[in-house]
Amino acid sequence: MKTFLRLSSLVRPYFWWMALAALIGFATTGSSIGLLMTSAYIIAKAALLPPLGALQLGIVGVRFFGLARGVLRYLERLVSHSTTFRILAELRLWFYDAIEPLAPARLMHFRSGDLLQRVVDDIQSLENIYTRVLAPPVTALLVALLMWFLVGIYSLPAALLVLTFHLLAGIGVPLLVVQLNRGVAVGIMEQKTAQQLLALDLFQGVGELQIYGKLTGHLDELSMTEEKKLRLQRKNAIVEGLQESLTGVLMNGAVIAILWVMVPAVSTGGVNGMSLAIITLAVMASFEPFLPLPGAIKHLEADTHAGRRLFEILDAKPETKAPENPLPFPEDHSIRVENLSFSYPGTESKTLNRISFTVPAGKHIAIVGPSGAGKSTLTALFMRFWNPSEGDVLIGGSTITLFDPEVLRRNIALVSQRTFLFAETIRQNLLLARPEATNEELKRALAAAGLGSFGTKLDEWTGQHGMLLSGGERQRIAIARVLLQNAPLVILDEATANLDGVTERDVNETLEAVTAGKTLIAITHRLAAMERYDSIIVLDKGRIVEEGRHEDLMRLNGLYERMWKLQHAAA
Amino acid sequence: MNIDRRLFRLLKEERTPFILSIISGCLASTMLIAQAWYLSRIIDGAFMQKSTIGELVPLIGFFALFSLMRMLLSWASHTEANRGTIKIRKTIFLRLSAKVGALGPVYTRSVQSGRLSTTLIKGVEALDAYFSQYIPQIFFALFTPVLILCTIFPGDAVSGVILLVSAPLIPLFMILIGKSASAMTQKQWKTMSRMSGYFLDVLQGLPTLKLFAQSKRQRRMIEESGESFRHATLRVLKIAFLSSLTLELVGTLGTAFIAVGIGLRIMKGEIAFQPALFVLLLTPDFYLPLRQLGIKFHAGMEGVSASKEIFEILEQPEALHEHREAPSKEEPFGLHPIVFENLSYTYPGAERPALDGINASILPGRTTALIGPSGSGKSTVLNLLLRFQEPEKGRITLNGKPIHDTPLELWHRNISWVPQHPTMFNTSLKENILIGRPDATPHELQTALHQTGLTAFVASLPEGIETVIGEQGARLSGGESQRVALARAFLKNAPLLVLDEPTSHTDPELEDALRSSISELMKGRTTVIIAHRLETIRSADRIIVISEGKITGCGTHEELLAEGGFYLEALRLQQEIVT
Repeated sequence: MKTFLRLSSLVRPYFWWMALAALIGFATTGSSIGLLMTSAYIIAKAALLPPLGALQLGIVGVRFFGLARGVLRYLERLVSHSTTFRILAELRLWFYDAIEPLAPARLMHFRSGDLLQRVVDDIQSLENIYTRVLAPPVTALLVALLMWFLVGIYSLPAALLVLTFHLLAGIGVPLLVVQLNRGVAVGIMEQKTAQQLLALDLFQGVGELQIYGKLTGHLDELSMTEEKKLRLQRKNAIVEGLQESLTGVLMNGAVIAILWVMVPAVSTGGVNGMSLAIITLAVMASFEPFLPLPGAIKHLEADTHAGRRLFEILDAKPETKAPENPLPFPEDHSIRVENLSFSYPGTESKTLNRISFTVPAGKHIAIVGPSGAGKSTLTALFMRFWNPSEGDVLIGGSTITLFDPEVLRRNIALVSQRTFLFAETIRQNLLLARPEATNEELKRALAAAGLGSFGTKLDEWTGQHGMLLSGGERQRIAIARVLLQNAPLVILDEATANLDGVTERDVNETLEAVTAGKTLIAITHRLAAMERYDSIIVLDKGRIVEEGRHEDLMRLNGLYERMWKLQHAAA
Repeated sequence: MNIDRRLFRLLKEERTPFILSIISGCLASTMLIAQAWYLSRIIDGAFMQKSTIGELVPLIGFFALFSLMRMLLSWASHTEANRGTIKIRKTIFLRLSAKVGALGPVYTRSVQSGRLSTTLIKGVEALDAYFSQYIPQIFFALFTPVLILCTIFPGDAVSGVILLVSAPLIPLFMILIGKSASAMTQKQWKTMSRMSGYFLDVLQGLPTLKLFAQSKRQRRMIEESGESFRHATLRVLKIAFLSSLTLELVGTLGTAFIAVGIGLRIMKGEIAFQPALFVLLLTPDFYLPLRQLGIKFHAGMEGVSASKEIFEILEQPEALHEHREAPSKEEPFGLHPIVFENLSYTYPGAERPALDGINASILPGRTTALIGPSGSGKSTVLNLLLRFQEPEKGRITLNGKPIHDTPLELWHRNISWVPQHPTMFNTSLKENILIGRPDATPHELQTALHQTGLTAFVASLPEGIETVIGEQGARLSGGESQRVALARAFLKNAPLLVLDEPTSHTDPELEDALRSSISELMKGRTTVIIAHRLETIRSADRIIVISEGKITGCGTHEELLAEGGFYLEALRLQQEIVT
């Protein structure tokens, strides 16, 4: 219920649009009722053999309602679709606003696109909250009221009876359906999630499944989920069919009840016989808006489930917040790390354990160490994706939590192992780094990054996740971004680890040229051309174990020297 | 009327429930007519004949009986169609997943896994509306109007003619609309999925947007794209709805026309009240099934387009895993040489062959290293050896007999495979390792963990070896996944070992520690390894150098060094000598 209220509050800005659509929807059903009523009026009146002119009213009526129904139906669809799209756009923005502060620390477990895709699907399914959940009960209620008045004109007992049958169709049947279908919608969703994971395992691991003789077993497991899902959907279909039939039975029941009450009244002359035909037809037409009601409840169940999943993600507290009165970014670009410790939530081991070091402004240092030493965690702390458990990172003598995170990030250029490119043009991907850059600037940056040939391809598409470009090209785009961003501080986090030897060397040379004079931290486990660094910090299991220039470290006969020898044993 | 031939064939396999559904649906329409007849008699009785309620009771009874029967019959029709549909969906799902399993990793790697799962899960589901709604409705749309016409004609030929004339307008409009509308829905469907694709892209790229302090700006772009999407779609829908407006009007104006017509004829005394009311009651039900056909056609269209993707997968040519009779006893595998005889393979759509006449032999119980630049065909050789694909020309023999003749499962049972990017399944770490040998004892499991250096890692996990890994669980680094794959291989203890050495996952320290356990694993086994590290290459008993699908050299490290510069060049291209 709470979830539903939160969801409805999201669509509140569109209240008037929704009200308009519901009103038109009601008028549409009203026209069908009117059409049948006037038709019945014409033939009943005609049967009494009145003068010709007496039919005039009815003739105008049928024409009017006949046209109105079509036109209103058109308007209703237009307005409700327009509203739905507005709601979808609003939901996306709302979700974006809510998730933006959470990235990436609170979104660690959404690593593959497939689960994130589910989130996108959830949002998509919520767009129908208006058309499928909110509108049908409103329309049904209005129609019931209309019938109360229409039938009430002729006979109060008949009106009461019709209302009773409407209540049964509007409340009784949906409740019964909900009772019969309890948990079905959620069960189907759960099976789908299970299925998605098993399918992913199949698609990614079919080789292993074959080799280990598990393919048949896995396929069986997958088909089990399908079978469970189908069983639930079958149950659902049977109940839905029952519901349709029950509403039909109620409609006919209403007709019989009306006849029961009104026929005696007609024969005693209490009620005009004509009205019998008119009301019977009106009642038959009035049950149409009751058909989608149980569906509304089913969708409500599914939507609250989807909503709950979204809120679960969004209710996380953001890891970092901008300070209220941020300091201006300092002119002094030295970095100092003091007693820095960090553990990921839910783990006990310290990824970083009381680390301290200094990078004087304009100097280049390297941080090396075996994987799992905590090197990349440092980057996340510098970028304020996470907050340190203890200790501080200072730039120009001020702790970085005092700066606006956006300003901080604009002043640190990062090239990581995997460069994320948007499914956009090369231009769009570059403009991220400096939105106001001119064509000339873009071309210059590309040329300096060794991608001069891309100067003419600025408007070419980079493919899903930049897959139309090679790994080397993607890293070079990242370098071009660094150039455009022109930040005083640079962090290279395994920037060339995914490249082959030749490309790696080329990219490194370019990087060295473009970062001269900037404060630079290079994180790597490949010990190549280490002489160029002013200082090297060796990290192991979250602690600094060695520190110094390449020659000094080689003389220590410690971890660094062992790593270096291992990698250069070949030559 | 858009009946896809391949879908129709599926329908034929599950004929009975659909036939039952159609019969009960048609019977329900007959009940509908009976109902209308009795209702018109009742009202006529009360209104014109001034009958008392007592006199009308039998008629009301019949009315109630027929309405009850009608509801039961339409319920039966509904559930039967659903029963058939569920059967078809199950069949398709099974065939599709089995097909993907049979196509193997070479195929799954060539397509986006997201698209595959959409086809398997959502695509199969989209078939539902086609079978359970559209197909039966075709019959109802033919049967019910004809039946109603036949009932009306004898009593009121004029109204019958009006209906007969207006009825074809509906299918006519539908065909006219159907063509443009299906193009439009397809277009809208595409923009829709592009929009959600774009949104997904933005969500995945959020960290990047934040790094460049652009996330606020992106918000505006989402807003704008949503707005322009709404405008574009509404423009399309305005036209699509306009056409359905025409359809709607045929129905409502047809009813109005008939009402006025019979009203006037009653006054002229050409028709009595009761038959007139009967006709009026049936008129809306005359148009209804035709209009519903239009609605259900659209619902079914989605299934038709989904079926295209489904059949595209089902009709993929499968590598021929034919085998003759299983050999009577399992032969010792590792002790025989494996020979590649003139192996060739061209990927579909590729210009040049990936492998072009490979001839080589693999020494039994020894290590053979494959080297060559990326794209040279090394992986294809492994895939052929693993029988993930079948050679186009040539063959692989074991002890002189084509491996083709060995049943695929038996072949796989004798291979351990450590790929470069091993898959971690969505279960516990324990189950992930035990996949190598499900009946391994706890002690054997511990040994495997120890041999692969995983013991410390397991201890660091919140729930130890029971921790769930994979998509929804704890994340494993590339190096850790690789060690899990090694642990699987240790447990499996198969005579033939196929390894794809990692390029950049593990760091040198760790690799050093692992190397001894890998060589332990290689001992006494026939090993084929795609080697990247010089150390591995040097220690191999035989090195095969592959370039552009051809073997350019073969021998030990020293022999090849002596042979000349091409080998050094190959090593350099292997990216392994760190400057």
